[in-house]
Amino acid sequence: MHHVEKTSKINIELSNYSSDAEKHEYVEDLSQIESVDSNQMLNVGVDIAELDRAGTFIQKDCSVIHSKAMKEGVEVMGISDALKKHDWLKDYLWKYISPEKDKFTEAARQNPHEGYFIRSLPGAKIKQPVQSCLYIAKEGFSQNVHNVVIAEQDSQMHIITGCSTSPHLVTGLHVGVSEIFVKKNAILHFTMIHDWGEQINVRPRTAIHVEEGGVIVSNYISLRPVGSLQMSPTTYLDGKGAVARFNSILVAAAGCHLDVGSTVHLNYPDTRAEIISRAITVGGTIIARGEMIGKVAGCKGHLECKGLLLNDGIMHAIPELQAYVPGVEMSHEAAVGKIDQREIEYLMARGLDEDEAVSTIVRGFLNVDIEGLPPGLAAEIDKAVTETQKDMI
Amino acid sequence: MLIIEDLAVDVGGKTILNHINMEIPKGETHILFGPNGSGKTSLMMTIIGFSGYTVTHGKITFKGEDITYMPIYERARLGIGVSFQRPPTINGLKTRELVTLCARNKPADVENLAEILNFTSFLERDVNRNFSGGEIKRSEMLQLMAQEPDLVLLDEPESGVDLENIVLLGEVANTLLERGVSHPRGMIEHAHLKKRTTSALVITHTGHILDYITADKGQVLYNGHLCCSRNPREILKWIRKYGYEECVRCTM
Repeated sequence: MHHVEKTSKINIELSNYSSDAEKHEYVEDLSQIESVDSNQMLNVGVDIAELDRAGTFIQKDCSVIHSKAMKEGVEVMGISDALKKHDWLKDYLWKYISPEKDKFTEAARQNPHEGYFIRSLPGAKIKQPVQSCLYIAKEGFSQNVHNVVIAEQDSQMHIITGCSTSPHLVTGLHVGVSEIFVKKNAILHFTMIHDWGEQINVRPRTAIHVEEGGVIVSNYISLRPVGSLQMSPTTYLDGKGAVARFNSILVAAAGCHLDVGSTVHLNYPDTRAEIISRAITVGGTIIARGEMIGKVAGCKGHLECKGLLLNDGIMHAIPELQAYVPGVEMSHEAAVGKIDQREIEYLMARGLDEDEAVSTIVRGFLNVDIEGLPPGLAAEIDKAVTETQKDMI
Repeated sequence: MLIIEDLAVDVGGKTILNHINMEIPKGETHILFGPNGSGKTSLMMTIIGFSGYTVTHGKITFKGEDITYMPIYERARLGIGVSFQRPPTINGLKTRELVTLCARNKPADVENLAEILNFTSFLERDVNRNFSGGEIKRSEMLQLMAQEPDLVLLDEPESGVDLENIVLLGEVANTLLERGVSHPRGMIEHAHLKKRTTSALVITHTGHILDYITADKGQVLYNGHLCCSRNPREILKWIRKYGYEECVRCTM
């Protein structure tokens, strides 16, 4: 009998991983990246040709192998270079995440391996997305990055960040501390695509701070097998009218353990939050969490969590709503189960065989309209979904 | 085209259809009358092969093949098409995509078909999601137009449809069943009739659909038995005047 703990049961010994890796050479041109690596990067949304991109950041193990901004009004660089350039940046580090939070944040403080700094300048409206990739190539490596994203006042930016490993990699650990700042009236779209290996453990630790009138739209997509993933980005809506929208699409194959959630604090009037997740297990375990904390009257939130069990596996939806004053409006909708037989038979009555019917329904289930995705990436995700469910059936 | 012989069907361990015999020849449209709960929809679900409708006796033959235990999709590919009364919503699947899937390997002019059904603005909506009764009918018809079945099963095509759309649906049904009367000039009616190959079984409990489509034969299903078989308009007159109970009494 399976049993699901409320907290992740996967225990990770940091001593099993090395925090040293040989340096990789900086490449001036992305075409110089070996195809074995660049193909993996392509799968998580990195366009090597950099068409229609405003900037690129690529880190392999502990080395920044490429970083540049290609448009006015955007800064893209490694965090250590950024700390040298901007005196004030140190005040942004560990602002809303404590390094004492857990052993992973502690590891990121003690053994930091770079990370990206991406900033849109005040008023800048960056049309093309900035792309970033964090890549692990060394066997048994613990990659501890610290990322900072700042969308300055009245700016607009879209970041596509992909994480991947080289195809032969067996074990590894990724610890990513990310601090995201959305200033007054800024709009930030943040799309994260993960494609780790079957035994890679992943522990992102993210805090997002949104000021008055600011908007964060965060999309998270993990379709390929991963050993274990545990994350719950915390968002603070700290200004009137601030908005947070989270979409996640999760698929857990056999042996995968995904514990993914979002927490949003609605601290000001007229703040809005929406958390939507679609999860499918084909033998793995998914814990889909969502938590909203309403502290003032006039804030609104909605949480929607839908899970499908295609054969074996565990689907555990944990939606939580907390209201501290009257006038908080929050709702949730959670549903887990298998595909409705009536839907399958309806499609079969149109001539689709059972496999075609199931895959058509699954594709629809995962088809959350993700806001702000560039068309190319939307097509990529659609392709990934199609590929994924080929493996499922 | 379709032959049903001494068919008995159980649902949830209870017999709901018994001693059903029916034959729909190529090109003919038959009307199936019956009060609510008489087993009309169950008969249709059994013909297409939905789970939960267990055939305990008899057989169903379509185009000479015994389809009694054939999987649903094989029956569909063999040429049976159904307009369901309460089809499920499929979240995230756009109506346009489903219509294309219905056409399978044939090219389908989805835009044109949707325009005929005044349904263009629904193509980008999730299948059946928040559709009204009339919208469901039009969506089902659109799928059938793309599927082009040889035997069309229509479950209560007029229920929940407003007056304006019932005319439209009637015309579309006539097109689907090759019973339209608007032919190119000079084309002789009987020549057209000869070419008709599509058969249909139309379920109705009100009979209103007969104002819009023509039919060859009517039958009454009452308490799981087929009781009467004659001209559909005649049957309708009897039912309207005396009600179902009296109507079937004459044959029993």
